[in-house]
Amino acid sequence: MSNPLTPAPGDQPVLVAGGISDSHTWNLVYLQLLVEEHGHRVVNLGPCVPEDLLIGEALLHDPALIVVSSVNGHGYHDGMRTVTRLREHPALADVPVVIGGKLGIAGPCGDEESAALRAAGYDEVFEESADGIAAFRRMLDALPQRALV
Amino acid sequence: MTGAGFGAFVRRAHHAGRLVVQPRMGMSSPQRMRAGLLATRDADATTVGTLTLDSYTRVGDLESAQLAVLEGVDLNGYPLVSHETATTRRVLDGIHGPQFPVQVRHGSAAPQHIFRALTAVGLDASEGGPVSYCLPYGRVPLRDSVAHWTESCEHFATLRRTGAEPHLETFGGCVLGQLCPPGLLVAVSVLEALFFRRHGIRSISVSYAQQTNRRQDSEAVAALRSLCTRFLSDTEWHVVVYAYMGLFPETEHGARRLLAQAAELAVQSGSERLIVKTVAESRRIPSVAENVSALEHAAAVAARTVRDPLEGTGTETYAEAYALVDAVLNLDDDLGTALLRAFSEGRLDVPYCLHPDNAGLSRSYIAEDGRLCWSDVGKMPLSGVVDARPAHTVTSSELLASLSYVRRSFDDHNALS
Repeated sequence: MSNPLTPAPGDQPVLVAGGISDSHTWNLVYLQLLVEEHGHRVVNLGPCVPEDLLIGEALLHDPALIVVSSVNGHGYHDGMRTVTRLREHPALADVPVVIGGKLGIAGPCGDEESAALRAAGYDEVFEESADGIAAFRRMLDALPQRALV
Repeated sequence: MTGAGFGAFVRRAHHAGRLVVQPRMGMSSPQRMRAGLLATRDADATTVGTLTLDSYTRVGDLESAQLAVLEGVDLNGYPLVSHETATTRRVLDGIHGPQFPVQVRHGSAAPQHIFRALTAVGLDASEGGPVSYCLPYGRVPLRDSVAHWTESCEHFATLRRTGAEPHLETFGGCVLGQLCPPGLLVAVSVLEALFFRRHGIRSISVSYAQQTNRRQDSEAVAALRSLCTRFLSDTEWHVVVYAYMGLFPETEHGARRLLAQAAELAVQSGSERLIVKTVAESRRIPSVAENVSALEHAAAVAARTVRDPLEGTGTETYAEAYALVDAVLNLDDDLGTALLRAFSEGRLDVPYCLHPDNAGLSRSYIAEDGRLCWSDVGKMPLSGVVDARPAHTVTSSELLASLSYVRRSFDDHNALS
């Protein structure tokens, strides 16, 4: 698995997607603006993104980064399913994929779940917090940016 | 008036001067679901019960819901379709009835399986709508959602043959949760009520979610009531107010004060029912005890508030909602077709909504006085009705500031509200 800090060439977009069963939208609108402000083009797949759609769009767009966002409590389970299926595709074995939000029903998921999500294929796991957002911003800054002219 | 069912219960309570309060509540375990319903029923308030379904059932991923039931994995709601009918009947046994009706809440754009399951266990109340459970919340094409909801309403309406009075609530007044100007919320709520009525439902509630300014909310509910009086004259209807659905205050005093304002809005505007939120809302799915506490707090505030509705038709919110409803009704005799045309032509346009069937040209902002306003009405027929103020492109931090406007205002001890 590649480090998401590794530069990638060309004008590759950032794919933003809600969890498989997550209907929330504002987190995705916010993420789109935030990622765009860091100089990246965004393909926003909206809420409730099934694994097959995410995989199809990822193969189509060759993204610099995939951001999965979930706040409905199913983030851990949905997120495991998504990344497991996605990493089965040879072409998507190395694409940087991160997940963040409110990932557990009882609030943030624990260290054990975070570790399991990483082991399943996420490069980073961000909990909803000021620290989580700051870490996400630092990661965006480190991604290769398209020209802002 | 007498009569069984959800609508009749709420009407009787209203005539007796009581606001009906209701939680959102759904647990995957039948035992815990039953305990939650009992606690709701026994709260010191006039309550109705709620079965909120889990997200897998909502999106039609019944395999995942079934697997979770088999493995005992906790879901974020009650998997009504995956539990045995007999199991759910035991959950409801001795609880659901004329004195404590239970409503199924779900959020599905393809709800046929949900309506089949809820009627099979003897329930007769639910909510949603072809627009509000499609556009902001998923990927189902609007055309499919309209067809699914047509089929579901017509199936649900057949319950009337058994002597029941099936009840449906529009979710249209809650579209997007926050930052959608009230005129559009009221219009979508009325249009969905008309959609239900045309597909055979005779007992309807229309929703409106508390937004960012008290006066504007009062105007919106008054406008909603005036439009229902005008368009639903042959239908039993009531208004359900939702406590704020956006980012909730993080402090206990802020959360309780925001809920109290929602209860005041409901009673003052002459509304009949309130969906509460809890102090845990900003962090996680609330516990049963937190829900009961919210129900009792809202009921106590309601009991000391006086009905004092505004005149409905003289406001900009009314003019805006009427213009939108009228424009849609004039597009086609079939309301489903009219709604599809309205969205494809941008005559209805939900701001910030990412769904491919939404035009996405409209934008909103919170004005200095807290009112929700349009910065761009897109192609909606609101020129001459609304004074849209073009704004610069919103940044992520400005969006976050708008989204957390209510949280900030209510968490701050010194803020006026």
